[in-house]
Amino acid sequence: MIDGFLALYLFMLAAFTGHEIISRVPVILHTPLMSGSNFVHGIVLVGAMVALGEATTPLEMWIGAIGVFLGAGNAAGGYVVTERMLEMFKSSKQAEAKR
Amino acid sequence: MKTVSIVALLIQASYFAAAVLLILGIKRMSSPVTARSGIQWAGIGVLVAVVVTFFHGGMQNLTIMLVAILLSTALAWYSGRKVAMTAMPQMVALYNGMGGGSAAAIGAGALLAFASVAAAPQFGPLPPPVERSRVVLAVLGALIGSVSFTGSLIAFAKLQGWMDKAFRFGGQQAVNGACFLGAVALGAYVVYGLTVPHHLDAVWIVAFFGAALLFGVLMTLPIGGADMPVVISLYNAFTGLAVGFEGYVQQNVALIIAGTVVGAAGTLLTRLMAKAMNRSIGNVLFSNFGAGGGAAAEIKGALKPIEPDDAASLLYLAEKIIIVPGYGMAVAQAQHKIWELTQNLLKRDKEVKFAIHPVAGRMPGHMNVLLAEAGVPYDLIADMDDVNPEFPNCDVAIVIGANDVVNPVAKTDKSSPIYGMPILDVASAKQVIVIKRGKGTGFAGIENALFYQDNCRMLYADGQDAANKLIAGLKAMDGGGGH
Repeated sequence: MIDGFLALYLFMLAAFTGHEIISRVPVILHTPLMSGSNFVHGIVLVGAMVALGEATTPLEMWIGAIGVFLGAGNAAGGYVVTERMLEMFKSSKQAEAKR
Repeated sequence: MKTVSIVALLIQASYFAAAVLLILGIKRMSSPVTARSGIQWAGIGVLVAVVVTFFHGGMQNLTIMLVAILLSTALAWYSGRKVAMTAMPQMVALYNGMGGGSAAAIGAGALLAFASVAAAPQFGPLPPPVERSRVVLAVLGALIGSVSFTGSLIAFAKLQGWMDKAFRFGGQQAVNGACFLGAVALGAYVVYGLTVPHHLDAVWIVAFFGAALLFGVLMTLPIGGADMPVVISLYNAFTGLAVGFEGYVQQNVALIIAGTVVGAAGTLLTRLMAKAMNRSIGNVLFSNFGAGGGAAAEIKGALKPIEPDDAASLLYLAEKIIIVPGYGMAVAQAQHKIWELTQNLLKRDKEVKFAIHPVAGRMPGHMNVLLAEAGVPYDLIADMDDVNPEFPNCDVAIVIGANDVVNPVAKTDKSSPIYGMPILDVASAKQVIVIKRGKGTGFAGIENALFYQDNCRMLYADGQDAANKLIAGLKAMDGGGGH
């Protein structure tokens, strides 16, 4: 069980981690990084799967299925658009090498 | 029984590995050199976590689960592959909204389960503290996730052009405030019902979600297009936070960590964006930008048009050229042609740079993505702070599809709505050529004093067309003046 102060410490450390990671990013990567972090919270799919897996009443099942559907869209869509954006980042040296 | 515990251990180990991969992934995404591997690491992290979740003890409804995942993944994958680069911001909004909705759904399921447990007579008068904190965070996560869900969908609809840019009515702020307070009050009542008297009619949960979802809509309706990136970024942070809270409800540490990291990172990114636009987040959310305010000082002078051939001859003679692209260039799909023009100029041993305003495009860095798509190497692209001192030495500055971010009014006119916003100092270049389709104003609807300056010429044309004519003009001069 994670509760009380252990949970608070966890939230606090994770929050500082997120803050630190972003604070050193160059402006050119802001949009891909926002898109990438959008993908990272796509892990919500895991939670939705557990919710659907443990659902017993039809209502809970419906809600769980909607959650899984939405979560999978977050993860899959977030990955594809981020990949597409980052694919295009290359310096002129790399561009030359490709030719 | 032994095998079950080994499976459970493997699942926990996989979640741990997933959390590590996600954090390392974000870290790698913060440098251009490692960015691509960053998203792949994060991708493996989520994939591993999803796959092992199928083996979670006592999972039911696996068929529905698989169908929902495959259907949604196929749709999202297809739309994400198909969409044009210019439409990226609204796609991020859409997928982010889905994540918020998913977190809200987890909250709804948990609250309904709590309600049915609370209704059972064998349950004690007061639940253990961890149960109470789970109820509180389920409600908070559901509130934030719901707002992010409907808010992001409205943002998507607006950027996609399906909705009016800003929808306003009298007393809007009072209505929004009442809706917010209503959602909070209903949420508080749900917490109270589930933890104190141990009895709650499910209808209260439904009402709570109704109010939260409605508030997301109402909150986003009055916000105009120019402010959308800040709002999308804010909702991205919201979704992260909601995922973290629902992760606590499910006691899943991977969700807590990933969600909270994104929540904190997204909050900082939102503040950076708002700062680049010289606005506070509160100002973006609660003010009516452009509506009302003092009348801006009138600008004297006339717009001076220029023919493409004359513009080409200015470029022919120039040594140092800075190109300032804006979203208008991307809309006209002119970035490829502009890159062609740039390559032509580079071949003539001219110094060419692209100057990017922090909020050029729809989001910070969006313009870099669009230029990268056209093949422009990122070392030719300069940030505002680096390039501004270079404008006085610049022979020709070409402004294409940008407007408010080069408007000197932001420095001089205190009554202007954009006063104080940092701008690209194009006005101090020796010669300015503005490529523009018509005489309209920019996003903010403000006249641009730059266009009336003595050193500024207007080239009225579609972006692609103008670039073509400039290239043709340069080539023609080779033929005529080559002897």
